[in-house]
Amino acid sequence: MTRGRFLFIIATIIGLIAVAVLLRTKDVPPEIVAASVLATTLRFATPITLGAIAGLYCERSGVVNIAIEGMMLAAAFGAWSAAAVTQSLAIGLLAGILTGMLMGLLHAWLSVTFRVDQIVSGTVINILAIGLTGFLDSQVLSKAHLNSAGLLPQLPIPVLSELPVLGPIFRQQPIAWVSVIVVVISHYVLFYTRWGLRTRAVGENPRAADTVGISVRKMRYANVLIGAGIAGLGGAYFTLEAVPSFEILITNGRGFIALAAMIFGGWTPFGAWAAALLFGAANALQINAQQFGIPIPSQFVGMFPYLLTIIILAGVIGRAVPPAADGVPYETE
Amino acid sequence: MEREVVLEARNITKTFPGVVANQDVSLKLYRGEVLALLGENGAGKTTLMNILYGLYHQDSGEMLVRGQPVRISSPSESIRRGIGMVHQHFMLVPVFTVAENIILGAETLKGFSLDMATARARIHELSSQYHLDVDPDTYVKDLSVGQQQRVEIVKALYRKADILILDEPTAVLTPQEGQGLFAIIRALTAQGTAVIFISHKLKEVLEIADRIMVLRRGKVVGETVPQGATERSLAEMMVGRSVLLDVAKQPANPGGVVLDLRDLVVNDDRDQQVVNGVSLEVRAGEIVGIAGVQGNGQSELVEALTGLRRVQSGTVAIAGADYTNASPRPITEAGTAHVPEDRQEDGLVLAYSIADNLVLNTYYLPPFAQGITMNEAAIRDNALKLIKEYDVRTPSPFVPVGNLSGGNKQKVVIARELSRPIKLLIAAQPTRGLDVGSIEFIHKTIVEQRDAGAAVLLVSAELDEIMSLSDRIAVMYHGQIVAIVPTGQATREDLGLLMAGAQLETVTS
Repeated sequence: MTRGRFLFIIATIIGLIAVAVLLRTKDVPPEIVAASVLATTLRFATPITLGAIAGLYCERSGVVNIAIEGMMLAAAFGAWSAAAVTQSLAIGLLAGILTGMLMGLLHAWLSVTFRVDQIVSGTVINILAIGLTGFLDSQVLSKAHLNSAGLLPQLPIPVLSELPVLGPIFRQQPIAWVSVIVVVISHYVLFYTRWGLRTRAVGENPRAADTVGISVRKMRYANVLIGAGIAGLGGAYFTLEAVPSFEILITNGRGFIALAAMIFGGWTPFGAWAAALLFGAANALQINAQQFGIPIPSQFVGMFPYLLTIIILAGVIGRAVPPAADGVPYETE
Repeated sequence: MEREVVLEARNITKTFPGVVANQDVSLKLYRGEVLALLGENGAGKTTLMNILYGLYHQDSGEMLVRGQPVRISSPSESIRRGIGMVHQHFMLVPVFTVAENIILGAETLKGFSLDMATARARIHELSSQYHLDVDPDTYVKDLSVGQQQRVEIVKALYRKADILILDEPTAVLTPQEGQGLFAIIRALTAQGTAVIFISHKLKEVLEIADRIMVLRRGKVVGETVPQGATERSLAEMMVGRSVLLDVAKQPANPGGVVLDLRDLVVNDDRDQQVVNGVSLEVRAGEIVGIAGVQGNGQSELVEALTGLRRVQSGTVAIAGADYTNASPRPITEAGTAHVPEDRQEDGLVLAYSIADNLVLNTYYLPPFAQGITMNEAAIRDNALKLIKEYDVRTPSPFVPVGNLSGGNKQKVVIARELSRPIKLLIAAQPTRGLDVGSIEFIHKTIVEQRDAGAAVLLVSAELDEIMSLSDRIAVMYHGQIVAIVPTGQATREDLGLLMAGAQLETVTS
């Protein structure tokens, strides 16, 4: 990820906060507005960050993953129903991750073992997730009259969360914190460990990896599963951290935004995180618009992330280079 | 003194559906020697090496490494046995550093992290021990082909390989880089490494090998030492009949200028200027060869001439008319035949039949086009005629062209391009990857076109081909023609130096 892009992202985030501060009509001190927008940004960026990192593991190993949306949606459902049945948020969380991995297993099975076109495989998973969760929701969940297990509690960081003004930023729920940790760990794993070197090699030149005795198939399976598990965690955010219920299409395209964040971030964890924060900031502005009386039509603010995605993916701010073997099924001779 | 046999293959047989790739092949490799494996494409050299390297498994026969019978079922197994292989197409990751490429699959760790410091130190050590001169911290994409090859060699040595298989290692090198490689091979064998050197180039096999084994149609047809062999005797062993190594041709009889290039500037796909003001004339009845290491702008130059790439500035004239930035069809209709560098990608539609491929340049004209339909009978008759004339080996004209061997594919391209009267033939790497028999045929055809009055522009990375076919040789370096010399007035060494960027004065003085 280039420096220029990082600066662009940070400038845009600051710009969005400035818009909120300058245009507010309610009598609130500017620092309160800024801190509130920042805290919401971090919250809304959580599923996008996790989705983008999920895509990153897959694509760095050479498997295109447009199924992040489907994996998250299925996981949102799995997490909520498991939590509701067992009345345990921890089991719900685990179920979310496992549901994501199950979808990942399907993706890997189709695209690595059977070398199905990865876009087709991803589309299958997205459609399957919509159909399956919709069916189970209306036919099973709504008839079972389950009670929600509630939401994951805030985990305020000691001292920092007590700060005046900035305090709210450090009062987040567990998955939001984990998403930041996942970014840092993923950066280390991809660029400083044996696993990362092999993963990237398999995604860039699988034959080269094969000739030095690395199993392309195993590396791809494992990375798709890791990615899908992270997507599952991202899915659990929707039903265990954001709202205490499952609704049809609850992920609302966030998986595709995550895909855009991954690409905009140049297939790097920190880049993807920065891009996710940018999308989160646009979302946060929309939510804060009402609270602080910011006179921008909420439809316009709502449109902003998507507009931004188009501008970004059109390559206006430079084009990122994907892994060379991304999307290419590997065939041994 | 009995020398140690490090690798032995006994009666290896390997069949693929319909083909016997190796039949009863036996070889012995001694410590510290260079064994050359000579053979045409399809003779079974690569299959044999893939068996030794564990990519294939033999149907029958035995392999012994240092006297121990082994069953090598995967590359990691062969690496563990000390066998290293430098593939013809390098197995490197361009966006990785040299060090990352070398340690891949054989990483040392410090905790969970890669131990790059130790790796760097070992690479420096190996690099100086064998004079390989590789810098662990450069990105592979920034290296020349010759340097990448040295990285591949270090990669094998890093894994403690003492049996090194080099598959067509000089195919991509300049003559000077080739000499550099030979020096490295000598340094390796002096310290005990055994080398299998696969090639179809007779000259270099005679130069570097201690022993030469010749394969033909999957069988060992002979073994010899360089002292007892000549290029001619090796070629005959390889092909199984006497061959013409030199192209028989009369002196050229040049006529008027057909292709006239003035100050041509062309950019590559990344918009970098790679042809920097090329001016060149090619006359009717002469062959002008463009010599140069791959990637010095030749490919882009040819694409610009044939309408496949934009000319930034300068002019292209064919037979007196301006064709700068014309599209391919008017250029073709002006009498230009184009044998593209990549026949699979640009020369043929692999999924189409031979018959359809043979009319790709004329399908819209009668007799092949009849109003809005195709005249299948005319297309078939045309195919049958050309298949016969150009000796394309195929069971039927309706076989997808992708099923043919490399030599036959190229014959289809050439048959199509020369099936109508032409004024200009642009041939880029016309014999790349072909066997001696096909090369002989293609060379003969090119000379015939010249003698019939066509102007021929030949681009080739094979210096021998340029020297034996061309009437004049233009050397291209960094997008410029650095010298134009009549063939016969420049030696191989001079041309090699020019190709590497030396000035004409320093070469001839």
